[in-house]
Formats: sequence, C-alpha cells, structure tokens
Amino acid sequence: MSKLSVGSSPHHHNQRDTGAVMRLVMYACIPGILMQTWFFGVGVLIQIALCMVTAVVTEALIVELRKKNTERVIKDSSAALAGLLLGISIPPLAPWWIAVIGSFFAIALVKQVYGGLGFNMFNPAMAAYIMLLISFPVQMTAWLPPVSLTEQSFTFIDALNTVFTGFTTDGYSIEQLRVGYDGLSMATPLDHLKTQLIEGYTVGEALSSPIMSGNWGLGWTPVALAYLAGGLLLLKLRVINWHIPVSMIGAAMATSFVLFAADSSVYGSPAFHLINGSLIVGAFFIATDPVSAATTNRGRLIFGAAIGFWIIVIRTWGNYPDAVAFAVVLMNMAVPLIDYYTRPRTYGHKAKTSSIHNNEEP
Amino acid sequence: MKMFADYDQIMERISLQNLWDFPGGVHPTQKKSLSNQTDIQRIDLPSVVHIPVKQHIGVNGELIVKEGDTVKKGQPLTTSENSFAVPVHASTSGTVVAISDHVAAHPSGLSELTVTIECDGKDSEYEYTPMSDYAQRSKGEIIQAICAAGISGMGGAGFPTHLKANNVKPIEFLIINGIECEPYITSDDRLMREHAWQIRQGIDILCHLLQPKQVLIAIEDNKPEAFETMSIACQQEDNYHVVKVPTKYPAGGEKQLIQVLTSREVPSDGLPVDIGCLMYNVGTCYAIADAVIEGKPLIERVVTITGEAVDAPQNVWARIGTPIKHLLAQAQYHSEKQSYPRIIMGGPMMGFTLSSVQIPVVKITNCILVPAAKELPLVEDERACIRCSACADACPASLLPQQMFWHSKAKEYEKAQEYNLFDCIECGACAYVCPSEIPLVHYYRKAKADIRQQQLEKEKSEKARVRFEARKDRLQREKEAREEKHRLAAEARKQSLNKDGGAAKDKIAAALARAKAKKAKQQAQLKDKPSSDE
Repeated sequence: MSKLSVGSSPHHHNQRDTGAVMRLVMYACIPGILMQTWFFGVGVLIQIALCMVTAVVTEALIVELRKKNTERVIKDSSAALAGLLLGISIPPLAPWWIAVIGSFFAIALVKQVYGGLGFNMFNPAMAAYIMLLISFPVQMTAWLPPVSLTEQSFTFIDALNTVFTGFTTDGYSIEQLRVGYDGLSMATPLDHLKTQLIEGYTVGEALSSPIMSGNWGLGWTPVALAYLAGGLLLLKLRVINWHIPVSMIGAAMATSFVLFAADSSVYGSPAFHLINGSLIVGAFFIATDPVSAATTNRGRLIFGAAIGFWIIVIRTWGNYPDAVAFAVVLMNMAVPLIDYYTRPRTYGHKAKTSSIHNNEEP
Repeated sequence: MKMFADYDQIMERISLQNLWDFPGGVHPTQKKSLSNQTDIQRIDLPSVVHIPVKQHIGVNGELIVKEGDTVKKGQPLTTSENSFAVPVHASTSGTVVAISDHVAAHPSGLSELTVTIECDGKDSEYEYTPMSDYAQRSKGEIIQAICAAGISGMGGAGFPTHLKANNVKPIEFLIINGIECEPYITSDDRLMREHAWQIRQGIDILCHLLQPKQVLIAIEDNKPEAFETMSIACQQEDNYHVVKVPTKYPAGGEKQLIQVLTSREVPSDGLPVDIGCLMYNVGTCYAIADAVIEGKPLIERVVTITGEAVDAPQNVWARIGTPIKHLLAQAQYHSEKQSYPRIIMGGPMMGFTLSSVQIPVVKITNCILVPAAKELPLVEDERACIRCSACADACPASLLPQQMFWHSKAKEYEKAQEYNLFDCIECGACAYVCPSEIPLVHYYRKAKADIRQQQLEKEKSEKARVRFEARKDRLQREKEAREEKHRLAAEARKQSLNKDGGAAKDKIAAALARAKAKKAKQQAQLKDKPSSDE
C-alpha cells in the first residue's frame, strides 16, 4: 500500500466556500438590479459591468504583482462583488471614467494595499463611493428621474453613448436628460427633499413633487423592495446574520421617528427614510460585508444601530443627500473597539461584568 | 451570572421533553445508515495483536510478562500499583513475541511500548473471578474489580473509570452518554440496540457505587431503535430516565450534554462533579458489567468500519490490539476508491488520520473511517479569513474562533489565552463551517502544544535557575568557610607566635651568640696553632 495521507481534523467540511458566499450575495442583488434597470435604464447595467470588469482586472494585476495565486484570488469573487456594489451606487449615465477610477481605488487602495481580502479595514465599495462623491460631486449626483418621467425615449445605444461621450445619439447631454415635465431638473427623493427644505419649503410641500407619491419616491420604492427581497433571501440562506440589518434599520427608524415627532414639517418621516435612498440595500448588502463589520453578535447589533443612527443624522444635517457610505465607513473604524468590548461569555466562565453580588451566589 | 436550574426544575423540563440547548453547533450529513443496518459481527482472529501498554490518560502499568511467555485470553500483561495506572490484558491466547516500540494509535504517529502477541488461534481463556453478588460487596472491592479489568472511558477520553467511580461528592445526575453525535459512527447505536440489558446492568453497578438521585440516559433522536431498546431495558427503574436529545453536533461532548440536560455549565477550572453531574459512555457501562459480574477484563470493543471506500461497512467486535489492516480486510476495503489513501480513526469531525495500517485497535477506538475520493475531500486550499464569524456562530463553547486563530497564527499566545484558548474542546465545528477552509483546530492544537511546551521550559528553566543559585550559594558558603578556616589558622599561628614570642627571640639570640662564639674560638685556634690537627 502506498503512503497514507495524514491531515488534521475535522475531515468533514461543508461545501460553501468564500467564493460561493460572495456569489450568493451577487445573485441576491439580481432582483434589485433588474428593478433598478427597469426604472432607471440600461445605464445601470453598463455601470455595473464597467465596475466589475475594472475591479476584477485591478485585483488580478495587483495579485500578480504580489506574486500570489491569481486564479485562486479571482475565484473568491470578492473583487467582482465589490465592483457590483459600487456599480449600483453610481448614477446610470455617469461618464465611464467615474466607474473605472472608483473601482480601481476600491480594489487597489482600499483593499489590496491593506493586504487583500480579509485585511481591509474599510468597505471597499463604500470608501470608493465616498472618494468619488467628494471628488466628482456633479457627476456622482446626476441621477436621472425614473424612465417613466423622462420626455425622451432612450435606448441601449443612447445609454452607451452617454456613458462614453457624454451625449446621446441625438445629442442630448445628461443635464438635458434630467429635465422633467415641468422643465425643472429632477433629483433623487433625498436630494429633492434637501434642496426643498433649504429653499424654505416644508416636507409636505416637497413631497408633492412629480417624482414622489407621498412618501414613496417613484421608481425608488420598488427598487428598495426588490433589494429587500434579495436581502431576506440572504438571511434565509444564512449568508448574513439578522443582527446588522435589523439593528441598522431599527435605529434609523427610531432616530427619524424622534425627529419626525418633534417637527414633521422639517424632518422626513421614518417611512420616507426607509424607502428612499440606500438604507435597505445598505442594511442587507453593504453593512453586512463580513470583512469590515463587527464580528460578535452583540457587536453587530451596536455596529448596525450606530450606522442607522448616523445615516439619519448625516441625511438631516450633512451636506450630502445620502449617508449610508459615510455612516458605514465611520463605523468600520470603530469595529476593533466594538469587537473587543463585546466578547461573549465563554462556556464555564463567569460573566466579565460579574459583580460582588453575583459572586455571593454559587 | 445566570443561575443554573435546580434539581426540580431540571426534572420538570426532562419529564416534559423540553430540554435546554447549547449555543452554536452544526448539522453535518449523518451517513450513519451506511454501517448501522446489520448486527455487530464476530470476526476471525487476527494472526497477531499489538497491545500498547498505555491506552488511557495516566501512567503505564508495570509489565509482568516477558518475550517468549505464553499468555491466555484475558491474562493481565501489566499490573497497576499506581492508582493512575490501568492494566492491559492479552486479548487472545498466544505467545508474546515482542515487547518493543510499535507505531501508536495517536495523531502524532509516534511509537510507544507495545506487547505483540502471536495468536495461537485457540483463544483459550484465563480464569476470571466473577462477582455476581456485587450488591453485597464493598465499594472498594467493586472499584478494584473495575480497575483490574482495565477499563478507561470508551467515549474517547480514556480517563480511568475506577478513578471517576471512586467519587465521594454527592451526585444528582448520573448521565449515560449514548449520543454518538459524530457522523458515520454507529458503534454505540448498535451496542444499545443489541445489548441494552447489559448496559443497564453496568448502570446498576454505577448507581450502587455513586448513589445518584437520578440517572439520565441521553440518546440523540436520530437513533429511535436504540432509544426504544434502552427505554425497555430501563423501564422498571423509577429514577432511570431515557432522554431523547435533538441531533446536533457536538451534543455528545461532555460539557454540551450536561448543558442540554441540566442547563448547568462545568466551571472552566472544575469538573462535572462540581455541579452534581457525572458522565459515562454506554460502552463503558457495558464493560463495567462485564468486569464486575463476569470478572472479564476489557479485551474487545465494538468498532464501526465505514466509509464509501469499503464494500461492506459494518460494526464488529474487535479485539484490542487488532491491526487496522485486519479490520479493513473484513470490510472489503478498496484503496483504489480513494484518490489518495487515507484512513481515519474516529469520526470525520474529531478523528485522526493513521500513518500505518499496522496501528492497533485500542480501548478508545470507536470507528475506522475510509472515505472514498469525493466523500470527504482533503482540504488543502486554505484561504484568507474574511472575518465572517461563521466559526463563532458554530462554536458550542461561545469562543471567538476567529480571534483565537489570528493570535495563534501570529504566535501571540498570551492574547490567544485571553480569548480562552484552553476552553476549546477541539470539536471542529468552526473549521467545518469556515468558508475559507482554514484548519482552525490545527492552529489551536499547535498553539496549545507550544504554550504547554513553553510552560514546561519555563518550569525547567525555573528549576535550573533555582539549582544554579543553590550551587552558587553553596560555593559561596564553602568559599567563605574556607577563608574563615584559613583566617583562624593564621590567627592561631600568629597568636602562638605572640604568646611565647620572647622566649623564641632569646633562643635565636642565644643560638646566634653560640654560633658567633664558636666561630671566634675557631679563628683563635687557627692563629695559635697553624697546623690543622687538633
């Protein structure tokens, strides 16, 4: 008999590896992406493709430079996922170099410089999004109104042309495309509310815009619900734990409720905050990024709740309309601290906080 | 700290079949039906048996046979003078052909002192002294019989049974572990199905020794037949409860089973008996009944031979010392069904790979697993940790395996211990779920071994330091004593010189004067008489 092979226990292993986990997250994004494409045009798909390709190519190049097994690293699909998450965050008709610069930044600087998968402190997609938003605020906030509200009909070729040249085949610029029925430039619901409030309108007046249907932003509502469906699927498949989504949405709702109850004319309602912007996609797909999130269950609750709180605070008083990226990156920095102070009680040990009173009882 | 449930609360929950749970745990595919379909088989005797002198936690017994001796089945090969020594016995009759190092049933694959017996095929039996009237005997006598039979915990730990049975603390719950939570293994399952009555006799003996308030016989709910037979065997006793435990790995771990049944936790630095519990494996109970009632030592046990690389997976009565090769032949092992030959002793979660087919069955061997090519793929593709904490969700001890891994890998052992590394029971649930296929348990074992080594070295160097300092002190003392002696001697000399100092000076002066006078006289003579003749 030939030499027996030896190995360390366990010899049994479940079949879901890192690559499978990452791919499941991508599959769970599909309903949201489809809905986003339906309402905001094929530009969404173009941005996702640009980001994913750039992210994977960047990862491959750097891993090659670092003399590691490139095939194995690419197979873990983490670069593709980061690209995808950045892609859905970029306005559909933003110029191509936005996606390319952002994805390169996400992989090269936020991820690989720290040592690659598992070692990055910040969520790559969100750090890149913030970099883009601060560097190119005009392009990064140029969201189109939902397709149903635009005057011009729009094809795939138009989208492609706009992304790569800045103009549609008929010569419209992105600024012209953003103009709605009433001749006013249209914005996302969060953007809209912010501008209107600055101009002195009340929340009620702001919400009577054609892009809104009460609290529910046109187009944005079904997109958010589609991402919610994908997120629930991830929960069911146990790809993510419930702690972060629940605490994050719960805290955002609680914070916005307090403000709304205090003065409903200047603060958006909890429902408004829930559906508009990227709270739901953030709660299920972004804050749950295992690498940069807290790792203990109690820690996850704190991490998620703090993100939810910061989202409402930044949305309300910050300079930018949405805040998921800022809040996530902010809390990424607190993760080591949170983890350290939320260690669970080990079997057979007394609780760390045990008092004299507890010690008296056997 | 949460208060643990008291006796009445526990009994209420048990009567309602409403047990507690332990955190984490995993549900690997069971694969138990591979081997549990047929009765435990009696197999042909091997041509040789290799009986390691030490098969338990403790120290070796004293060898009482030598090469060339003929031995009978059941004849002791070692005696136990020390209470931590458990004797071993010849598992069949034959001739002792070697007492030497033989590759051991241990993950290290190292060798240890082993008695090799060439079997004569007659299987002639040694004379046993039964004790069927054990209820009239003293506890000491029964415990002596258990020790003499060479019984050590058969669930896997190998702790000497007589030491555990010689308990003086009050026991509320005597827990009989029939969980067998590892996938593939069915030896306890078959034993309970076929020998429930004898297991019950073993439990009776333990009750006689320990006087527990309650006996809980715990069986996982994936073994309904075993549950049935054990229930029938125990139905006459009011304080025997056969409890169905939900299937979850590692429910059969001692600490986890205690938690599931009683909600109590064994203190980190304590023993189950500190919380009123004591646990025995069903196989151990069976062996205790043999030892006391029949006087028969532990020379055989049930071993599951399973995996898709054998054509006839089954359970067999294997003599202690049987080479694994013999068992594999019995189950029709085909090495070509494996992509690389691999034999696991124990289950897929906690078993260890064997380095040789000459390794013998020992008292803790419950399973030989030979997986086919794609059955249990070899993990060699360790990737970066993505900090997903699936490991922490799976850990039954509420540890943070990920943090322990970082610190173990970085050799930051103090920090690893801060995360309670030594509370890890090495069940493998964390590594089982790890999506990056990191062999976490391997890192912990290595860290634990390193820490133990460091402690040993520290103790050694501490001892050396003490010795060195003692020597330095001694040398210093000797030097001082020597100097003192010299000083005293010199002083004595000086003193004696001083004491009769005047006389001595006079003597010298007188001598000098004499010499002078003599010289003067000679010169005077020379002048007077020039001739030299006087």
